[in-house]
Amino acid sequence: MITLTHFLVVSACIFCIGLYAVLAKRNAIMILVGIELMINAAILNFVAFGKYDKLNYGGQVFALFAIVLAAAAVAVGLALILNVYRHFKTINPEHIHELKD
Amino acid sequence: MIESFLFYAFAGVAILSALLLVHIRNTARALFLLFVVLFAMAGLYLFALADFIAITQILIYVGGVLILLIFAFMLSNKELLADLQSTSGRFISLPNWQALVLVIAFLSLMVYSYLSWSQQMPQWIAQSEAKGKMILPTDNNIKVLGFKFMTQYVLPFEIISVFLMMTLIGAAHLSRKESNK
Repeated sequence: MITLTHFLVVSACIFCIGLYAVLAKRNAIMILVGIELMINAAILNFVAFGKYDKLNYGGQVFALFAIVLAAAAVAVGLALILNVYRHFKTINPEHIHELKD
Repeated sequence: MIESFLFYAFAGVAILSALLLVHIRNTARALFLLFVVLFAMAGLYLFALADFIAITQILIYVGGVLILLIFAFMLSNKELLADLQSTSGRFISLPNWQALVLVIAFLSLMVYSYLSWSQQMPQWIAQSEAKGKMILPTDNNIKVLGFKFMTQYVLPFEIISVFLMMTLIGAAHLSRKESNK
């Protein structure tokens, strides 16, 4: 029998792997991938709790919204990364510390 | 029995390929490993009886987001590719260790709190479990989701449509060529 705790522990692992990618990677595309992993862990929590909510279906509905938000975030984030690369000639976030032109 | 075996198989595939994803140096391989992670996560959604979410995950993430990532990665110029592959560095560098300590602390905190939380779940979960109001495998999820989107959640639905249009315009505006300025 698969309980709620199984889902929660798996999503905690995925979330922490995404957090590691965000913190340790020195490459903006991999940081974006880490953010995607964290959003996926959140969606897993949404659907796992939504299983117990037959009246409102809140978990599944907001899981769909979260998927759409993640897709939008990737589209804008990639456009930003390509612009930053054109401007600074690097996508290592540690080298991008100037706001002025 | 076979259900829990499949669950553990999907969870293991997801976690192991995610670990490999953050460990591997080659960004192209890491992006293709993200395929595997997202498919395994879609499999996990099926165990929470969210079939429509799983299909949407495969359609939007694997069909849209990942293709976008790989396109942006492969269509950009060669310097970006060379820059990408040399960024990972040694394993025993300072940011890696800081991140590792922070992540392990966070993971242990989360797992501990989940395990102690599962001893005393909230009232509504126990109630819906007792009354049999959970989502069942025989339910028609897609039909109910369609009704919910058009009645109860119509305001978030409209907001997210406007948001998506803003994102489309913004991404197209950001990624245009600036040469004619």
